[in-house]
Formats: sequence, C-alpha cells, structure tokens
Amino acid sequence: MRLTFLLQRFNPETDAHPHVEPYRLDIGRGLTVLDALLRIKQEQDGTLALRYSCRSAICGSCAMQINGAEKLACRTSVRKELERHGHIAVAPLPNFPVIKDLVVDMAAFWDKVRAVTPWLAVSVRATPGQEIRPLTLPRDRYQFHNVDACIMCGACVGACTSHEVSRQFLGPAALAKAERFLADPREPADAKRTRLRFLEQPHGIWDCTRCNLCVEVCPKDVQPMEAIIRLRRAAIEAGLTQSGGARHLTGFLALIRREGRLNEALMPLLVVGLHLRRLLHIAPLGMRMLLHGKVPSPWAPPIPGIAQVRAIFSALGRLTRIG
Amino acid sequence: MPLTYALYPGCAAKGATPELYQSTMAIIGRLGITVRELTASSCCGAGVVGEAEPDVALALNARTFAQAEQLGLDVMTICGTCQGVMGAANKRLKADRGLLERINRLLERDGPVYRGTIQVKHLLWIVVREVGLHRLGQEVRVPLNDLRIAPFYGCYILRPSWDLGFDDPENPTSLEKVIRAVKGEPVAYAGRTKCCGFPIILEQEAMAVAMAGNNMQDAKDRGADCMVTPCPLCHMSLDIYQDRAGQAVNTQLNLPILHLPQLLGLAMGIPAKDLGVSRHLVPLDAITRVTEPLRLHRQTSQGAATHESH
Repeated sequence: MRLTFLLQRFNPETDAHPHVEPYRLDIGRGLTVLDALLRIKQEQDGTLALRYSCRSAICGSCAMQINGAEKLACRTSVRKELERHGHIAVAPLPNFPVIKDLVVDMAAFWDKVRAVTPWLAVSVRATPGQEIRPLTLPRDRYQFHNVDACIMCGACVGACTSHEVSRQFLGPAALAKAERFLADPREPADAKRTRLRFLEQPHGIWDCTRCNLCVEVCPKDVQPMEAIIRLRRAAIEAGLTQSGGARHLTGFLALIRREGRLNEALMPLLVVGLHLRRLLHIAPLGMRMLLHGKVPSPWAPPIPGIAQVRAIFSALGRLTRIG
Repeated sequence: MPLTYALYPGCAAKGATPELYQSTMAIIGRLGITVRELTASSCCGAGVVGEAEPDVALALNARTFAQAEQLGLDVMTICGTCQGVMGAANKRLKADRGLLERINRLLERDGPVYRGTIQVKHLLWIVVREVGLHRLGQEVRVPLNDLRIAPFYGCYILRPSWDLGFDDPENPTSLEKVIRAVKGEPVAYAGRTKCCGFPIILEQEAMAVAMAGNNMQDAKDRGADCMVTPCPLCHMSLDIYQDRAGQAVNTQLNLPILHLPQLLGLAMGIPAKDLGVSRHLVPLDAITRVTEPLRLHRQTSQGAATHESH
C-alpha cells in the first residue's frame, strides 16, 4: 500500500518557518511510524532529522506529535493511525523549541526536572555515636503509584495545555517526579515541607487545569496529573493554603459542605478573598453577569438533604482543617 | 417509546448558565426525551472535591446515583464536567464493592443506598446514540446551512478516554455528527479537544484566558461563525471571559458561543428568546440574524398552508 506521510520540516539555517513536506512510501504490515520515518530518511531524504535510540519504547527519545497527539513513534502503528485519522501527519513535540525537523531542544525540560530536587533529600551521615538507620522501603508500603515508570520522553509536556500558555510552568513530568520523592517514606518531614513550599509557588502545582491530556498521552501510564493532584492534597495537608489554587480548593469544599452545590456568586469571593485590587479586577465581569441574569442568589438555600452531605464530609473527609 | 432519564442539572445550569437549563427543557420533548429532575442532588465535585477528598466526592455521587436508582432511571447530564466526574465515579463505585459498601453504610442512615445499577449519559451521547441523528434530522425546521460551527468538546467529556468510552479523544466525532445533522458545517481546528482554562480562571486568569483566546482564534482562523460546547464551564470561559481572551490574543473575537441544546433548539425552529440567548455576554445576533427570518418565514408559510387547507 502506498501512503503519503506529511512531515513537518524545519532547518533553522535555511527556513524562516516550519513547513510540511509530503513523502510517498510503500508500506507493508506491522510498520511503526518510526520504521516509516527511518525508511524515508534512508531511501528518500537523508536530511530528515529525528531523534531515536532503542526502538522499543524504553529510551523515550522518539516522542513526537503524530496526527495531533503526542506519542512515541516507535510504538505507534501506521495502520492504526490510518484507521483512526485517515492520514499520517508528523510534527515535533509542541511546547519545545525545534532544533531541526522533528528534533526538539530538551534543555528547559531537564532544567525543570532538576529544579524539583529529583532525589531523596536525606542525610545518611551519622553523627558520632549515632547508628546509621538503614533507609529501606517498607515492603508493604510501596506507594509511588506508577510515577517511577516515567521515561522522560516529554510527551506530557508537549501535550500540556498550561505549558502552551506559560513556558515557566514546571510541567507534568517534573511535578510527577517531585511527587515520587514526596511519597517516599524515607524522606523526613521537614524535607517534604521544603519540597511542598517550593512546589506551591507560582508556576508550580496550582497552574495545572486538570485537562487530563498528560494522562491520556503518557506512553507509560504515569498519570502525571494524578501525581499533581496528590501534591496539591499534600500541600493543603501541610497547611499551605494561602495560594490562589489552594484557596479555590478549600473554598470549593467549604461551599459544597455548607450548601451542597456550588454558588458562583460566592466562589470568586472565596478565591480572591479581601484583596481590593483583585476584587476590582473581577468586579466588571461580575456586573455584566448580573445584568445578564447570570449571578445566582448568594442567599440560595442549601440543597434538600444537606445533612446527608455534611455527614459524608464528616465521616469520609480527611482534611479536618477545611469547612 | 419515550426515553426517560433522571436529569442531573449540575450547579452551572442552576447558577451562572441558567440558559443551559432553559434550552435543555425547550428541546428534549421534541427528541422524545422525558426527564425527572434530581432536585435533591448535590454538586458532583467537579473534579475539585475529589482532588482533596476523593472518598467524599465518590460518596456525593453515590448519593445522587441512589436517588436516580430509586426512580429506576439512568442519569442524564448536561455538563461535560459533570459527565466526566460522575462517569468515572460510577465506574469506580461499581468496580470497588468494598468502597461502595462503606459509602452505603453512611447513606442508609437517611436515604437510599446505591446498588450500582445505573448509567450516566451526557445529552450529547443520548442524542447521538439513543435518539439518533436521523430522528434529530427530522426535527430540523431551520437548517443551519449558512453557519460554520466550531465544536468545542472540553476536557472532561473526552479524557481520560478509558473512563468515558464514547468518543475517540484524539479524533472525536459526536459534535461534528450533530452539527451535520442540523445541516451546519463543522469547523476542523486543533483547539476543539483542548482546554478552555476554566478550572484556573479565578486564580490564574492570564493563563486561562490565553487558552480560551488561542482556541477561539484557532476556530475563527478556520472560518468559524460560532462555537458550540457540551460543557457550561467551557461556556463560561469562552463567553463570559471572551473580551479578556480576545485581549490575550490581541484581537476582537466576537464569536458567539452556543450551548449544545441551544444549537439544536435553533435548528428546530424554537424562538431564540426561548433558548435564553439574551443571557450570553457575547451577543448571538450574527446567528439569529440568519435563523430568525428563516424561522418566521417558515411559520408564516406553514400558517398560510394550514389556512388554505381549511
């Protein structure tokens, strides 16, 4: 079967902008997108630049955008892509600077991974007279979820919608890595607190919109967004509740516990708080919503059966400081 | 045979997007859907409650499902976020019997318990799969021939796909099918499966409106006259914040945003005012300028035909 591959090409030495070039290739069964790219490179155009190594979804080098989704080229079947999309378009990972063609610059990615202290912050040096306690993991408390399966391919960062509008966002891969160490019982509490204090800063855990794209594209089922959510929970449990995101979460919980449903008249006030400049910033929108009948009564009664809702919070809630 | 559901309106349709509730009620009868509203249901948690208190979020949803189960009905949602959260919760509750029993011991104190027998379906899915596009097509009185309509799915109705199992998260088609059924032209653009920014709009407005702005700009660049979404939270971001989203991408967007049932209602020939369009911050004039004359023309010609037959 003869098929056209639409490849995004860019050579910074000669091109002002990236452009798409079509390549025709005869394909048989069982071909992966990486196989196809390598054949195009060998048989048709040796100038095509791409990064790859293991060809078996271990090294994480060949992450790219295939038909609009971030994937490892080596484990993406040409036939399945064709069935799903009707064509094959390949581009470099979004949200990364392009070096050439399908090769992106991972420098900022690694900087962010390094920024989250991706190691156990513990001292193993004993003071004189003190015995060194072995730092072994309790067997029954293996709780890194699947975060340590990450192969650092960058697919999640390429897919990240927050990253698309804020290059400073630490991003799903680095945050998931941070959570792996936060979850490690060998790290002492004060080190964990330092970790969380860093992560709750702007461009950290509260910049995620929970769009689930990182979870969807991860080739190793790391579920980075779920790790970010665990970090948020840990931050609140550690009493770090003053950031905008934390106020959103705690305010939301308090409203649901009190009213049973969300009230859009009260929610902004809980998130913004008594902050005059920020209140003035949202006030014009509030006025326009009011004029269009979009502001519910702030005095609306709780839902019927609110006692049951409150009982659920009391019995199953873990965060005692909320509500 | 009528399709009967327990309607879960969600907070937004009863709060900041009452036009979603109004337009839903205006169209479902025409599609052969009847509903009994779950008036004592709580918020689904919107993914926020579950962040801090996963078990509480599951229990709140089990409570809602128990209310629907008592009526012997599946749940119909009209919010993409509710669908995502409740669908995932239902799957979890059905799979983890121990958890369900623990939650039921709480619920049985003053209400029904949940036995795990119901399904949760979004209006979009019900229209595509149960009402059927053919039936929807038969209800079209004002074909939206002249409109290029950009579908905006929102995250929760697509991802994670293994919890939802309806559309392909990379290449969803249900909104496009509905747009074609009402004779409109769906606009293909990359932003249709991306994020509207709403979950962080109160605390990180600059990021959120940039997301919304990029996606709307993308749709406009591909020729969109308007946008349709099955999620009221997306609607808030795209409509209420559209001025600021436009500023983020240095343009005046003027892109009317329709709730899914409003799109269906306009095509069914229901007067725009009965679909709550006056509540939008971005006026729908560009759309109603096309649909209202067609509707009125049809009404008068139909009236004349009825008159003649007498």
